[in-house]
Formats: sequence, C-alpha cells, structure tokens
Amino acid sequence: MKSSLGHIIMKEIKELLTPATLIPILIFAVIFGSLGSAFGGAAEQFSEPPKLGVINQDPGFLGSYIYQDLDHKSTIIYNGTDIEAGIATVSEQNGVALLVIAPNFTDNLTDDQAGSVQIWWIMKGTGIMDSISSGAADVVLAQVQNDLSKYLIDNTITTNSTVILNPVKYNQNTVFKNKEMVGITPGTIATVMTGQSIIVPLIVVMVVIYAGTMVVTSMGSEKENKTLETLLTLPVRRTSIVFGKLAGAAIVGLVFAAIYMVGMGYYMSSLVGSTSLDLSSFGISLDLLDYVLVGISLFLALLFALGLCMILGIFTKNYRAAQTMTLPVTMLALIPMFVLMFTDFNTLPTFAQAIVFAIPFSQPIIAINSLMFGQVGIVLIGIVYEIAIALVTIFIAVYLFKKDILLTGRVKSAEGKKRGSYSLWTMMKSKK
Amino acid sequence: MPAIEVDRLSKKYGEFLALKNVSFSVNEGEVFGLIGPNGAGKTTTLRVLATLLEVTSGQIKIYGYDLVKQADEVRKIISYLPEDAGAYKNMKGIDYLSFIAEFFVEGEKKKEMLQRGTEVANLGERINDRIDTYSKGMARRLLVARALMIQPKLAILDELTTGLDVLNAQEIRRVVKRAAKSGTTVLLSSHNMLEVELMCDRIALINDGQIVANGSPQELKSKYNASNIEEVFVAVVQ
Repeated sequence: MKSSLGHIIMKEIKELLTPATLIPILIFAVIFGSLGSAFGGAAEQFSEPPKLGVINQDPGFLGSYIYQDLDHKSTIIYNGTDIEAGIATVSEQNGVALLVIAPNFTDNLTDDQAGSVQIWWIMKGTGIMDSISSGAADVVLAQVQNDLSKYLIDNTITTNSTVILNPVKYNQNTVFKNKEMVGITPGTIATVMTGQSIIVPLIVVMVVIYAGTMVVTSMGSEKENKTLETLLTLPVRRTSIVFGKLAGAAIVGLVFAAIYMVGMGYYMSSLVGSTSLDLSSFGISLDLLDYVLVGISLFLALLFALGLCMILGIFTKNYRAAQTMTLPVTMLALIPMFVLMFTDFNTLPTFAQAIVFAIPFSQPIIAINSLMFGQVGIVLIGIVYEIAIALVTIFIAVYLFKKDILLTGRVKSAEGKKRGSYSLWTMMKSKK
Repeated sequence: MPAIEVDRLSKKYGEFLALKNVSFSVNEGEVFGLIGPNGAGKTTTLRVLATLLEVTSGQIKIYGYDLVKQADEVRKIISYLPEDAGAYKNMKGIDYLSFIAEFFVEGEKKKEMLQRGTEVANLGERINDRIDTYSKGMARRLLVARALMIQPKLAILDELTTGLDVLNAQEIRRVVKRAAKSGTTVLLSSHNMLEVELMCDRIALINDGQIVANGSPQELKSKYNASNIEEVFVAVVQ
C-alpha cells in the first residue's frame, strides 16, 4: 500500500503532467535547442581570430610593426588604401572592423604622443550575441596595445609613461545597415536601441499573457459554471459570441498593456535619457507612420493570440485546466522575446529566421527594429502574414464553436471510450 | 401543429451511438417528461433539441422550424435550463436577469420581463445580492426565472429539481406548471418519478438511446400493471 503522501503526489502528478502540458514544453525545448545552434555559431566566432581590414597610412616602422602584429593575431581580409572599399570588403566578407593606421602614427609616438588608429566597426545586429565578434576584436586590439607598449620600452622609443601605458588612441566609428556613425561604438548603439525597442517585446508578452489568459479562463469558467450552455441557446449567433469574447479580452488586454506601457515608458525614458546619444541624428528613428505600423502589427499579434487561446479554451474542461492551457501561448510569446534580445533577426541563420518569422509574436519586435532603419518591406510582409494567420485562427475558433467538441471537450470513440482518449481528429474522421 | 416533432433522431459521439432512431412528438402546451436510467440519452436528447449538439441523422421540427436549418429561429422561441446550470457568480441576481433579457427585448418590454423574472425567482431583496452568496435553492429559482421570464414557446428543463430540498422543489414545480398553463410547452427530464407523475401530461421512457415506452402516466401504469411510474420504470428498464 502506498503512503498517503505518495498517493496524493501521484494523483497531483497525473493531473498536472498531461499531454496538454508536456507536449508544448517538448516542442519548445526542440525549438530552443535548434535556435541554440545559432547562438553557438556566434560564440564560436569568439574563439576564432577576428577578420579585420587594415589600411596602413603610416610609412614609419611603428605602423608596420602593429600591422604585422595584427596580421599575426587576426585574419586580415583587406589591406588596401581606400576606406570606402575597405568597409565594403570587410562587410561582404563578414569581417568585424576596418582599422586605419594614421599617417603620422610613428611620428606621434616618437614625439611622445599616442599614435592614432581609426576603427570602423561593422555592426551586424543589435543583439547581445551580435557583439561577440567585436568583443574578440577588442581583445586583439588590447593585446596589440600591450605588445606595442613592450616594444616601445624594449627599444626606448619613448620614456613618457602615459604614452607607454596607452600608446594607441583608438577613434571608434560604426557602420550599421549602411549608415556610417562617427564617434560611437556598436555597444553604445546596441544599448540605446535595446532601450528603445525592448518595450515592444515586453508589451507583446504582457498582452498575450493578460488577454490570452482571460479568454482561456473565461471559457474554462463558463464550462465549469455551466453558463456556456445557456449562452449558446440564446438567440445570438455563435460568431457574435466568439467575437464578443475576443473583443472584450482584447480591450481589457490593451488597457492593461497601456497601463504597463506608461510605467515602462517612464522607466525606459529615464534610462535612455541618461545616455547622451541621440540616434535620430543618424537617421535611426521612428516617425508617425512607423508607429502606426508597429501598432497594427501589435494588434494583429494580439488578435492571433486571442484566436489561439479561444481554440485552446474550446478544448478546456474547467477553470483549472484552462490555467495550464495558456502555457503554450505564453511560451510562444517568450521565444521571440528572448531570441531577438540575444540576436538581431538579420544575423540569425536562415532556418532560425524562418522559425522566428513564423511565430506571429515576433512580428512587432521585428517591425520596430526594422522600421528604425527604414526597412518597411519586411514589416509589410509580416503584417500580411499576421492578417492571414489571425484570420485562419479565428476562423478555426468560430468553426469549433459550432461543433459538439465545444461542450463535450473530448470526443470519445467506441475504442476511445475504453482507453479514455479523445480527439478532434476522431471528430473530423467521423465527419468523412 | 405539434410543438416538437422528433423523427428518427440518431446522435453519435465519435463512433459511439448515443441516440438510436429516437422518435416522439409533443403537443403545444403539454408537459412532456423524458425518463430513463443514467446514460440512457435523456440529456443528449435535450441538448440536441436545445440546438447545443449537432444532429447526426433524423429530422427535428420545433414549432414548424427545422432545427438544423433554422437553429437561429428555434433559439428565439426556446429556453433551456441545463442540469446543474450556473449563473455568472459575480453578477447580482437582478443584473443576471437583465443580461439575459437584453437578448430578447428592450425598453418597457424589458422592464416587464424583469418584473416577471423577479416574481418567478421570488428572492425578495436578495435579488439585489451577488449570485455567489445564494444557496443552491435560491440559485436554481433564479435560473428557472431566467428560463421562464422570456415566456418561451418551449421550455427544455433538464433535471429540474435535482439536489433541491422538498420546499424548493415544490415551489419550482408550481412555477413550471403555471408557465405550462399559460401556454408554454415543457419538455423535462427527471430521475424523480413522483415529480414526473405529478407534472407530466405524457412521458417517454428512454433506455440505451431508444424510446422504449411512451404515453400518459395513466396509460403506462395500466400497460405495465403498475401502481406508480417508478414501477413502470423498473419494469421497462429491467
């Protein structure tokens, strides 16, 4: 005989560990695992020598010295004389940066002044993982600086301790999505952009959790309290019931999101306000039309979430079951949030891009980042996709609302009765 | 014109045949009872007639309307009270009646309907309290009021008084009888044989998804040489 505690634990596990809770977790584990290979690819870049372009404008021996040192510690993919051509080559060959050794590099150091090197960082994306390759280059540049310090001491080229400690003055610029931004690093841009764009994924997740949970639990509650049967026999069309429930949840969800946005807005403005960088001066900003497009994308993502939750709600049996039903939708909203926080959509491998793009909740996040750089095309494609998938989802919800499964929750077949199984599939087969 | 005409109704859940060629008819103003053991198909029959479940095969007419093709019209003239039905618990009783009334009428007619509902519910001042504070009997009275205040042509009542004490059950039966006298056709199911005998003009016994006996209480008692419907039930089912 089992102990009472063991008996209760087994009962709880059986109730909680159902296909409805287990399958979504397994699916998302597989999706995250697949996406992990994308992050792994970025991490591998850290262990490889960074690809650099180097333009040595200095005819002196110290310019040659650091060129050779860079050649030893990195892979030089451009060593011409033209900056524009160098930037283009480094971008095309997936390089990290173009370094320009100033013409007076040797003269400055022999005159007890730091020699200057101009850096043009090639920024690929704004995600955390996108900065890994520039991090590897940073390490190389620090090593070059140390090597040069040692060379200056060994050969008593200068005795100025300040110059010996920091013999190279790096002037940092960034090229991102064909925009040349003078005097700023990729890290600064990523920080400011994340500050400006993180609010959208957070809103997506909050709205999905709030509104989605409301729809599913409303269905669970209606079934548990047996109010749904009454509602369905009233002189009102099923489509009106579906849209009434969706609209009610959408309005309340948007109100919650608006309240949340106000709070987050103040929080983020205080963060962004503390940095001196104004990205709009580089043409990276959103205008009114961009905000409208992001709003449309967000609304359509909400509509899809509600449709999906309504479908899940149709299969739910009661309030408790309804609460676990929201898990897959919440996970679906969290995937793009985390993935796009770590990597830029544009730097993901194609298969990962396809997975992320297919999740409608990604669209508002992709939209805000793309619109900042004037990439309207991908946003419009995303909106068309969202309209299509939201309509399909709502159509399925309305269709199921007219079926027995709404009340029966499960369709038991003669065979299924014995094994206590279900399904929508059985219902569809029986229609044939 | 019969209020209900059910002709060879079959209903499948997946591969499971819950109703097998069920046929019966109910006249206008009649109180008709469906009785049978658990799982016999009573609730399935009522749910199909209430437009909740799809018809697998057969034909049903409610006051001349085809149930499948004119479900929206049928819903305008019926009222369904499920077994163990609930109401929106965070609403007040009066607000719940008002919410339902909105689907049928507006303005002065709505006021009249609410007045009627309040009288049927007979909850006094408690009609202004939240439903989650009601006892089971009070909640059932409110739901019966909801079902009858719209003066439906057909009231479909599943296990009308299950779980209620004698006084509450009696009061609800009185209310339903009164509605029937004023012209509402009533189709009810019950496990309570006394209730069925007291209330119904005619009865159908359903077993394993089939109608196995049909007639007035007197006719059935004579046919099965029984002193009450309970004995008829046992004789038919066994």
